[in-house]
Amino acid sequence: MGWFEKKAEKAKIPPTKALWQVCPRCKSYIAKDAWTKNNCICPECNYHGRLGARTRIAQLSDEGSFVEVFREVSYSDHLDFHDATGPYKAKVEATIAKSGETESIVMGTATMGGVPVMLGVMDFGFMGGSLGTGTGERIARACEQAIAEKRPLILCSASGGARMHEGILSLMQMAKTSAAVGRVKEAGLPYISVLTDPTTGGVSASFAMLGDINITEPKTLIGFAGRRVIENTIHQKLPPDFQSAEYLLAHGFVDKIVERAELKNFIVKMLKYFGF
Amino acid sequence: MATKKAKAAPAPTAMDRVKLARDAKRPHMLDFLKYICSDFEELHGDRLVNDDKGLIGGFATIDKVKCLVLGHHKGATIEENLEANFGMANPDGYRKAMRLAKLAEKFHLPVVTFVDTPGAYPGDTAEARGQAEAIAKSLEFFSLLKTPIVVVVTGEGGSGGALAIAVGDRILMLENAVYSVISPEGCAGILWRDGAQAPAAAEALKITASDLKRLGAIDEVVAEPAGGAQKDHKAAALAVKKAVLAALKELAQVPVDELVDRRYAKFRAMGNFF
Repeated sequence: MGWFEKKAEKAKIPPTKALWQVCPRCKSYIAKDAWTKNNCICPECNYHGRLGARTRIAQLSDEGSFVEVFREVSYSDHLDFHDATGPYKAKVEATIAKSGETESIVMGTATMGGVPVMLGVMDFGFMGGSLGTGTGERIARACEQAIAEKRPLILCSASGGARMHEGILSLMQMAKTSAAVGRVKEAGLPYISVLTDPTTGGVSASFAMLGDINITEPKTLIGFAGRRVIENTIHQKLPPDFQSAEYLLAHGFVDKIVERAELKNFIVKMLKYFGF
Repeated sequence: MATKKAKAAPAPTAMDRVKLARDAKRPHMLDFLKYICSDFEELHGDRLVNDDKGLIGGFATIDKVKCLVLGHHKGATIEENLEANFGMANPDGYRKAMRLAKLAEKFHLPVVTFVDTPGAYPGDTAEARGQAEAIAKSLEFFSLLKTPIVVVVTGEGGSGGALAIAVGDRILMLENAVYSVISPEGCAGILWRDGAQAPAAAEALKITASDLKRLGAIDEVVAEPAGGAQKDHKAAALAVKKAVLAALKELAQVPVDELVDRRYAKFRAMGNFF
């Protein structure tokens, strides 16, 4: 195949996207390999970009300690949902085939600084990290296992909200997960919620906001309603830092903004304060 | 099958029910209370910053049963609509609801909630005061509350803003009410890229009372007067009253710790397909 043919095939990908990461916060162009080498953190503005669930698990858990659980709990197409672009089932199956994940949260047991924990990390790459019935079920099971084995619960959220393709039962996962983390806290165990970019809608309005400790990373987007919805409601432009980690900290809804490199140490430190 | 002799009105579509649920003439919380309760004493404020007008509550008596009622308030006039944000509650509303429900728990009074909201208020001040936290906290709080809770979805069950006062032991829903994770217009805008496809989205989302009953998200459908609750407020309210009283009577027999465990199990079972 000639070079010209190859070029023609790839014409759909803008050269900027192939080589550069544009920081969604400061709009700086960062070379892709530099972005990756910097742990997906913008060297210009310190925005802490999105990480895949497996990458974050590797950064938070003690090496080799993570054992995945509930992988068999996956999506459910109980509505036989179709929209303008086709069936939900086809979309989610394509996501599963591409990502190798079976739901938007990867759950497991692990140790952190030697402390046995339940650790769940959401992956925004899986259907926008949406909260489906499978996601909620994994979280509820994890809460019950945490109580049974007296493990602290650590959940890292990254989500656009409830998964509308699963209708009312996805909404009910907000109630189910909130009730489940409530039981962990009632059992005298710590629940540490790590809100990562982005944590919005039904996930921010359920388990993600309910940590005994809520922490986040610099410049993370956290909010309930979408920016455009709010602007259309109040007929005003919102300031750039609206719904940022810094805004949440200033308004009293997160305990601390922690740099990615310090995240594990901070969580372990909290667990030690709590006697683990 | 389209024969001309079939004169009976076709079954309402999901979008027809959305329109009925949003009908301005439909009975709202205070209309229901007028016929259901012999008295209602509204109490105000979250003890923090505000008294939200979009979510109200107070003590009431239903056929000699003393209870706390909570519900979204849409208002009857334009002035009231605006003051109440058309029933879109602020965080202060959810915090007021929790404060009053704690009081009900303390004095062993059951809680009855009336759900009728397009959704929680999407405003900058609501975000600043923690809309997400207020809803999340409500979900956790009501799941642990040690007193019976009966929920009635009377009109629009709009997503998290509705669910925040809809975690209970018995979930009733009026025949033409709708309850959804997202509005049909919002869903159509995202998945159809065209808000005008709302009827298709309404159908796909399965948001009617009979759909929700089939999916196990609610316990009981309360029939409405012919043509809809807006045609006869009193008849609609009396049907709700009967169902609420029956539920309260049944729940009063259950020891409170068992009640809370059953409530957890109820929501725990929703969407467990594995």
